[in-house]
Amino acid sequence: MRAWTDDRVERVIGALLRWGVILAAGVVLAGGAMYLVRHGATMPDYRVFSGEPSDLRNVSGIVAGAVSWHSRGLIQFGLLLLILVPVARVAFSVVAFALQRDRIYVVVTLIVLAVLLYGLTRVVT
Amino acid sequence: MNSLEFSLLVGTGSVAAGFLGSLTGLGGGVVIVPLLALWFGVDIRYAIGASLVSVIATSSGAAAAYVKEGYSNLRIGMFLEIATTVGALAGAFLAARVSPSAIAVIFGVVLFYSAYLSNRSRPEHPSAARPDPLATFLRMDSTYPTADGPRSYRVRNVPGGFGLMFVAGALSGLLGIGSGAVKVLAMDQAMRIPFKVSTTTSNFMIGVTAAASAGVYLSRGYIDPVLAMPVMLGVLAGSMLGARVLTRAKSRILRIVFSLVILALGVELIYNGLTGRL
Repeated sequence: MRAWTDDRVERVIGALLRWGVILAAGVVLAGGAMYLVRHGATMPDYRVFSGEPSDLRNVSGIVAGAVSWHSRGLIQFGLLLLILVPVARVAFSVVAFALQRDRIYVVVTLIVLAVLLYGLTRVVT
Repeated sequence: MNSLEFSLLVGTGSVAAGFLGSLTGLGGGVVIVPLLALWFGVDIRYAIGASLVSVIATSSGAAAAYVKEGYSNLRIGMFLEIATTVGALAGAFLAARVSPSAIAVIFGVVLFYSAYLSNRSRPEHPSAARPDPLATFLRMDSTYPTADGPRSYRVRNVPGGFGLMFVAGALSGLLGIGSGAVKVLAMDQAMRIPFKVSTTTSNFMIGVTAAASAGVYLSRGYIDPVLAMPVMLGVLAGSMLGARVLTRAKSRILRIVFSLVILALGVELIYNGLTGRL
């Protein structure tokens, strides 16, 4: 097995970021096209803030909307994937630092991952 | 106006914002929020939510290219991300307690500051003569590629940079922007990291910082899919286009023009915030 040098880690992270963004943008584009075909003639009101309905605010609602091909749910699912791209990058970095036996940075990266997951707790529950 | 026309207009504006943001290094987020709030009459909370997702997209997209070139320093970035992510959570929680008018005023002040920073000349500091104990312990000293082969650099004042990064994260979480200007300030002024390294590492960190607060915004219902769709796709396309012409364009004049636009938007945001129109 090849060693996990900084250079190789950086290349894997670069690919992870690129394909993650492409995937998320593709889902958003598909959902957006679907929305505009179905509801392009109507106009939502953004002047008054009322907040999104609960099924666009948490993971189970968003996934349920996406699998039943609701256009807004599908876009929101793409945006959720996008938010998870940096999280995946940090999670991969934990593994990479562990393989390099860099204990200090395993701890540093775990702290960052914990903060990110804490930010997502309200979306999951 | 129907949502098809609205999406096309917002999408076009977002492409322009992403393009100019990437050419000038100020990022697209700083103009998206005022653009939506002032010209399209969108509530500033929806505007911030949409901007935040576009920030994640551009940072991750651009970082993929930078990482490959070997300028960004993963260790410095990861260590400072502790400060920016905690700051981002603090900013996101604060956003629910501060009135939209106050957010508009703070946003205006940050716009002034970003325009000032981007036009000030930045002399490259010589690398520190002696290694800093904390930076050495954290293995931050490294090298970056130049035309004459790899050049080494030493990092100093880690606590100072860490503190500024907390501020950068809080502004990012409060305003839905990347806060690239403050991040670069922390790295090249406080920690004396070479420009190429600080700019690319900052860009790399912006996505992780924004992801920390995005969950809070999503759960609070600030992220509207139909509004975020043209903003995210537009800014992403514009910034990728900008990155392609970056090496060829004369960016000095562009930067001055973009700074004037930012100053004008800042004045308008502060005026509207103070008179309670936003």
